[in-house]
Amino acid sequence: MQTQEVAMEEGIALLDQLVEEYGDTQEALVEILRDLNDDKGHLTREDLAQVAERLRLPESKVYAVASFYTLISVKPTGKHVVRFCEDAPCHVAGGAEIWEVLEQELGVPFGETTFDDQWTLMPTSCLGTCAVGPVMMVDDDIYGNLTPDKVREIIARYREQDKGGAA
Amino acid sequence: MIRSRVLISGDLMSLHRGAEETKLAIEAELSYYGLTDEVEVSYTGQIDRSDLLPAVVVYPEGVVYGPVTPEDGAFIVEEHLYKGRVVERLKAPVDILTSQTARVIEQKGTTYAQKRVVLRRAGDIDPDSIEDYIINDGYFALGKALSEMTPAEVLQEVKASKLQGRGGAGFPTGLKWSFVVSQPEEPKYVVCNADESEPGTFKDRLILEGDPHAVLEGMALAGYAVGASEGWIYIRGEYKMAKEKLQRAIRQAEEMNLLGDNIMETDFSFHIHVHAGAGAYICGEETALLESMEGNRGVPRIRPPYPTVSGFRGQPTVVNNVETLANVPPIILNGASWFRSIGTENSPGTKVYTMLGDVNVTGLVETPMGTTLREIIEIYGGGMKDGKTFKCAQTGGSAGTIIPADLLDVPMDFASMGSHNAGLGSGALLVCDENTCVVDLAYVLVRFFKTESCGKCTPCRVGTAQMLEALDRLRKGYAKQSDLERLEEIAEYAREASFCGLGQAAPVPILSGLCHFREEFEAHICGECPAGVCPTAPKPACETPVAEEKCAPVPWRPDTEYPLDDPSQIEEAR
Ligand SMILES: Cc1cc2nc3c(=O)[nH]c(=O)nc-3n(C[C@H](O)[C@H](O)[C@H](O)COP(=O)(O)O)c2cc1C
Ligand code: SF4
Ligand code: FES
Repeated sequence: MQTQEVAMEEGIALLDQLVEEYGDTQEALVEILRDLNDDKGHLTREDLAQVAERLRLPESKVYAVASFYTLISVKPTGKHVVRFCEDAPCHVAGGAEIWEVLEQELGVPFGETTFDDQWTLMPTSCLGTCAVGPVMMVDDDIYGNLTPDKVREIIARYREQDKGGAA
Repeated sequence: MIRSRVLISGDLMSLHRGAEETKLAIEAELSYYGLTDEVEVSYTGQIDRSDLLPAVVVYPEGVVYGPVTPEDGAFIVEEHLYKGRVVERLKAPVDILTSQTARVIEQKGTTYAQKRVVLRRAGDIDPDSIEDYIINDGYFALGKALSEMTPAEVLQEVKASKLQGRGGAGFPTGLKWSFVVSQPEEPKYVVCNADESEPGTFKDRLILEGDPHAVLEGMALAGYAVGASEGWIYIRGEYKMAKEKLQRAIRQAEEMNLLGDNIMETDFSFHIHVHAGAGAYICGEETALLESMEGNRGVPRIRPPYPTVSGFRGQPTVVNNVETLANVPPIILNGASWFRSIGTENSPGTKVYTMLGDVNVTGLVETPMGTTLREIIEIYGGGMKDGKTFKCAQTGGSAGTIIPADLLDVPMDFASMGSHNAGLGSGALLVCDENTCVVDLAYVLVRFFKTESCGKCTPCRVGTAQMLEALDRLRKGYAKQSDLERLEEIAEYAREASFCGLGQAAPVPILSGLCHFREEFEAHICGECPAGVCPTAPKPACETPVAEEKCAPVPWRPDTEYPLDDPSQIEEAR
């Protein structure tokens, strides 16, 4: 309970800051939602309601906008989000194989989150780094020239780090 | 006293390959030799040869090294900067690099060397330094326009240059601006479309990261010409680094009174704001972009009214692509006739291509309009990878056409490509060799459109799903002849009936693929994938029908652009 309140207050402070930066009109909506999402991983109904109140917009409007954009998530995501580019240039460079390896390695199909809430696997459109395709983004980091071995190694590294952090 | 400058490519790709470590190693080595006060080290945008990244350029000599590991970086400091000897071993091949001194000289004859107008500074200057930009003719065009030219003269110059939009549709830029000028409503806006999400295209990112001031100057010139005092850059949400660079560049320009109120002590004021998106391909479509800027779902608007009449906040608005705007300062500075001397009669200037796929060298090339695909592959791509044979290329990004080897020698400009029903689009060139399956390629392209469809209209929302399903059946070898016919039917329907350019373009890979590679689609019906890519299972006793000599040409239809109903305007524009 305590921590929830703290989190709530922090959320409001961040929202204040974003309103300061982008303004409190509807034109600021997409940018505010995106930045909030960057900070929190995904947006809850309460988050959306707060934004709606601050910008004096109907909640339905805010939800409609939030659910449209891929960088804004209205569903909980895992601790790490893997975005794998599925477009033609990466596909031609060997992406199909990597696609399968990712599903196997993480044990979830694309678009889903693992049961332990550690990983969300999402397809994404071109990340603009096709010259080193196939490419994936883990959280904010981009990895290119992927091979099946490299993918396994990268994922293992994150798992290792998480273990280290928890211990 | 600074006697040397070291520039390290600092784009995403270089950073991924350890540019930061290289930079740190160079700095450490410089301080070891006590050279910190004499040598300035900074990042620059990407050098356009991706196999050479991270690259290091040493000025004043203009020597280009690449790729440079941290150890190599330290060695370059010792040898080149301390002892003054160029490290031949690490030097990049001179004839293909594009920094000031190592740039290919233009050639006469059938082949062109790379000609840089838009990318002339990217990779040569420190994009975080406005001084660098100014030394290289930066803001001279704006100065010239404000001191010597009226807005009408600027507009006239752009019209006379025959500059065409580089965002895909190739609409005459001067004409678009004049539509805005003729609107009585105030205020007017200039919007730079930096949403670049076309798969296989990253030219705009490179321009923004490597030479952000060029875009700002282009926008200010557009603002002066059309009478706008506010400009917006809508940048793709994923392009965080480019966004930072732009914001820094805007601050610097404002501090030097090159943007903001009363620019260079004239009556002209121009403010630029950056608005970042949140991940949606459709927001590159200009009316969807405006919706997104106003805080809505990025769903296209009905046109007319066109943005030139009712755009941002319902006001007359110029929407131009990054590359289009970056072309404006050199046109104003050097004149329309200089610009028209590059490229072809009907499409002057240069085009920046992103070349990817089965070629030896991938990356960005800027060449005069009219260079053929064969020349681009041979000269800049270093030929096909592993000596394989060219099978097809996909030009113009996802929305582009699949073109066969017969079209390798067509001069690439808007008009010639159009007459062969192929599109130049965003300048993406995906080169595929014999191991590529056209059905598989079409499947991946249509999957993109299905994901990105905004869902507003049925032909696109349902059409892309149905096309994808049919292609999937083909891929897996379940399809019947009737599926192919059905696929063609839906494709034609989606192309005709979709609301915006996305739905209209989605069927194009299928239709152009069918047009040039019909046998391959039919082979899949018999459970055979000639390229051996698809998971098909051969069916016993299957006969492919003999392909009819019918090929409905599919023009890549850019989003039905502004009306050109007044013939005199067309005359003037062309
Ligand atoms: C689905 C779709 C996506 C588009 N994406 C972009 C884009 O990412 N960048 C861009 O500059 N133009 C894009 N366009 C074209 C724009 O609608 C518009 O024509 C262009 O920004 C005009 O600028 P220009 O005249 O300088 O080319 C897209 C069009 C469609 C139909
Ligand atoms: S064609 Fe597709 S993207 Fe365009 S409005 Fe219709 S559903 Fe949306
Ligand atoms: S196609 Fe994968 S990053 Fe561009």
